[in-house]
Amino acid sequence: MIISEPALNILLETMAHISLLYFAWVRERIGKSEEDIMLPATVGTVGELLDWLAKQEDAYADALIDRERIRIAINQNYAKPDDPISCGDEIAIFPPVTGG
Amino acid sequence: MALVKVQQKAFDTAAEIKKLTKQHGGIGALVTFTGLVRGSNQAGNITTLSLEHYPAMTEKEIDRIAREAETRWPLQACLIIHRYGDLKPGEPIVFVATASGHRKDAFEAAEFLMDWLKTRAPFWKRENAGKDGAWVEAKKEDDDLAGRWQ
Repeated sequence: MIISEPALNILLETMAHISLLYFAWVRERIGKSEEDIMLPATVGTVGELLDWLAKQEDAYADALIDRERIRIAINQNYAKPDDPISCGDEIAIFPPVTGG
Repeated sequence: MALVKVQQKAFDTAAEIKKLTKQHGGIGALVTFTGLVRGSNQAGNITTLSLEHYPAMTEKEIDRIAREAETRWPLQACLIIHRYGDLKPGEPIVFVATASGHRKDAFEAAEFLMDWLKTRAPFWKRENAGKDGAWVEAKKEDDDLAGRWQ
């Protein structure tokens, strides 16, 4: 399929490019520690991102099945399900922390 | 200003205390807490504890927690050291030191720092026993302890 340049620009504008990081058992279940992805325009919040990721592959669905045990940080700040995602964000997905 | 160190290598608590009291004159009360790797859990003996962390966020988050402590209590000094990597039972993991004019502020600030570190600093513990290992689950009790400072 060939996409014309104006059409490609429209397509790129409607998709957000983000970096994802995974830690601890979320990383183990997904099978990687990081990846860069293009998000469709319909995904605008943290909650929508988790829903979208869970539909991609079984490994993601398995890692994200229990939302009570999932924590999110956007650009190294804790985020809530309703928080918006912007192009270029670094989004980390991990279990509740157990340091100290 | 709080001093935050996130490091793999071990630390010497006596040397840290000496340095801190030398740098800050007029300290009336110094409270320190050291967290060590436990030698066993319900499942049995632990051979190593692996501490994973989120390098880009760890120091930032601990800084935020320390600044919060400094707004709540009149601290003359505040030091937090947290290790990551593979540790053996008995080794120190975390060190918190708070200095104030009077003991109540130093005690409360140290307790606050530990409660918030436990529930906010992006570290994850995995307990290994030989070839077997399991991620440590976050405890509701820790959330409750952190919640009382809201």
